[in-house]
Amino acid sequence: MNVLLDNLSLYGKGLLGTVELTVFASLLALVLGFLMAAFRVAPVGSLRAFGTAWVTVLRNTPLTLLFFAVVLGLPRFGLVLPFNLFAILALGCYTSAFICEAVRSGINTVPVGQGEAARSLGMTFPQTLGGIVLPQAFRSVIPPIGSTLIALAKNSAIAGAFSVTELLGVYKPLSELGYSIIWTFVWIAVGYLIVTLTISALFNVLEKRYGVAR
Amino acid sequence: MTTALYDIPGPRTRQRHRLYGLLSTALILALLGGVVYLLFSTGQFTAAKWTPFTYKGIQELLLRGLGNTLKAFALAAVLSLALGGVLATGRLSEHRIARWVSTVLVEFFRAMPVLVMIFFIYVALQAEPLIALVAGLTLYNGSVLAEVFRSGVHSVDRGQREAAYALGMRKTQVMTHVLVPQAVRAMLPAIISQLVVALKDTSLGYLITYEEFLHAGKLIASNLDYDLPFIPVVMIISPIYIGMCMLLSWLAHWVSQRQRRNPKVEAVEVAAPEPGTLLPGGHRPPA
Amino acid sequence: MPHSHSSPLRRALAGVVFAVFAVLALALAGCGREGSPPVKGPKGSELPQYPVAKNFSLPASPTWVKAKRRGHLVIGVKEDQPYLGERDPASGQYTGFDIEIAKMMSAALGFPPHTIEFKTIASANRETALQNGQIDLYVGTYTINDKRKKLVGFAGPYYLAGQSLLVRTDENDIKGPQDLAGKRVCSAAGSTPYQRIQADYPKAVLVSYDTYSVCVDNLLTYQVAAVTTDDAILLGYAAKVPDELKVVGKPFSEEPYGIGVPRGDNALRFALDDALAANEKNGNWRKAYEATLGASGVPAPEPPPIDRYPAT
Repeated sequence: MNVLLDNLSLYGKGLLGTVELTVFASLLALVLGFLMAAFRVAPVGSLRAFGTAWVTVLRNTPLTLLFFAVVLGLPRFGLVLPFNLFAILALGCYTSAFICEAVRSGINTVPVGQGEAARSLGMTFPQTLGGIVLPQAFRSVIPPIGSTLIALAKNSAIAGAFSVTELLGVYKPLSELGYSIIWTFVWIAVGYLIVTLTISALFNVLEKRYGVAR
Repeated sequence: MTTALYDIPGPRTRQRHRLYGLLSTALILALLGGVVYLLFSTGQFTAAKWTPFTYKGIQELLLRGLGNTLKAFALAAVLSLALGGVLATGRLSEHRIARWVSTVLVEFFRAMPVLVMIFFIYVALQAEPLIALVAGLTLYNGSVLAEVFRSGVHSVDRGQREAAYALGMRKTQVMTHVLVPQAVRAMLPAIISQLVVALKDTSLGYLITYEEFLHAGKLIASNLDYDLPFIPVVMIISPIYIGMCMLLSWLAHWVSQRQRRNPKVEAVEVAAPEPGTLLPGGHRPPA
Repeated sequence: MPHSHSSPLRRALAGVVFAVFAVLALALAGCGREGSPPVKGPKGSELPQYPVAKNFSLPASPTWVKAKRRGHLVIGVKEDQPYLGERDPASGQYTGFDIEIAKMMSAALGFPPHTIEFKTIASANRETALQNGQIDLYVGTYTINDKRKKLVGFAGPYYLAGQSLLVRTDENDIKGPQDLAGKRVCSAAGSTPYQRIQADYPKAVLVSYDTYSVCVDNLLTYQVAAVTTDDAILLGYAAKVPDELKVVGKPFSEEPYGIGVPRGDNALRFALDDALAANEKNGNWRKAYEATLGASGVPAPEPPPIDRYPAT
């Protein structure tokens, strides 16, 4: 108990670091994921190939290896950024592959008849996309995206090993100061639970409002 | 190919698509060309950086690392399947206490980041790196697999269970002879996909100094004598990791196709070859 | 419903391609060159031999008893510190001054030096490894300080280093720790140099990695402006690439290196202190230094006085 009360600012900074990583990496992942999903359903062959390559490579690479390559490799090419930006980049790109798959399967759940009906009514492509396909796809895509973002929040723990301030890294200074290891970890676990349960609650709300049985 | 987004293209649309195709191909090739140029200009292909790999000792170092990765994976896979079975049995039990305990355990281990559990076992319980890694992976993947098993058993047609009870079978017999065989066959793709996740997560051993593949790579990459061959190491390690995971993913996909055609799985919906990343409170991934 | 753009056949093909690649890699292992790739930097002189103590017995030390039952010592070391504790990735052999000290101690405890099982342990995990019995001893630029004495025991010190700075040869702004304000400085996580900069020079922007080799890597790729740790370690790196790195300034601290032992195993600690004293007297210490650290360009100093602090 003392561990938490004596080191509230340390835990606070760690939690803030984790939340920052999660929020920014989620935004990057959502943007890239939607972009790659668009590539994968596009009628243009080379875009489809690029999207497929992106998803296949990133889904089958361990996140540790990706961090290793980004944080320690990119500076050799002259791209020197602060460590947390590198972490956001690595996390965001990794998760974007999973978001892409979720969005693509969401688009696939919209019946073909909807698109045909829209086109036979004379709707243009942007109208079809914005008014008919995306709203329906959005509804069925919420649970997979929610669980992917929860996985992202948990994966952010890896960033601690690459010099980013986040919650798991807090255990090192505390164990050197001699606090009980078990209680240190208990409060770290509570911190992660707070983050994952918040995301879970948020997506439950979204699903209740917009969700539909798949 | 008609999809919800666009119809079969007519001649003018085909022309437009060809134009887009040319433009995007040109852009992608320019991007790739830029990357290759960058690699050459920063001297990543010099002999000094690549000759260390021709030495037997270095190759054996990499292979030993790969062996350690596969060893950790095999142990974690077997143990998490076992743990998943035990926890699933608990969750499906008739006795409220067993159900309650298993539910708490499963939900807790699924909500915790794997790395936190691995570090806890390594630092607080002061275990060796391999044991900490395998234990952490087992706890997490075992819980997810428990959920996969449970949703598999629930997705078997109700008629199967009712018919089995009507024939006078008891609960254990119903499970072992009727429900579990069908559930496992149906869930096999999801189980294999979850094992792919376990394989990827063995690289977390790098963070607790377990001498696996990534660690062996880093040893070579951070060596001043070899001119710090970081990019060559990444270029050699990544395809092997990606290849291993792709092989397993392809296996999951192949199993999924086979089970769909299997008459023994008529009463169950075969799962998609996706890992069991369910929200707490679980929605099944679509087939 | 299609799962992905590529058909199962294409996926199978991709899988087979990678499997073939893996098999090729295995086959290539049979056609590798023997030996090790060439090593940069100056070579030291001949390594001394250490006679193994006959009939040595230390039943009062639980660590020694465990090692005797096992048949050899397990010693934690560093693998990426040139001339101090480095490992040849091709042959797996460890060399360096710390390794020589480890061999000296092993011989004195009755275990032939060639039987030692060396384990690489990063700075941040040294105490954990000693506490959970993963290693019997730790010899790897392990600075003695009171905070660590609460967790582990120390025999020695066997060498006195001082904290210093490593910069690129074209760096003219940094001549000492006072010039670090606003500059990025790299050190190892959990090390005393890191904590000292944090305490005494707070204006410096501190960065940490788990090993110094990664820090040096970052220094060479312009990610950080300086690497700080003990001058012995930095001189080793500078000796490897003298055109690119240099050590600047005078040492601004005292870093006594000790041999880490499990806390409370006082019998082992005193035995090691005796062994160190004997080797310093009979010249082995000096010979070991000249064969390893001496190559980095600093002549052999006097060994520091051994601190036999009372039993805990």
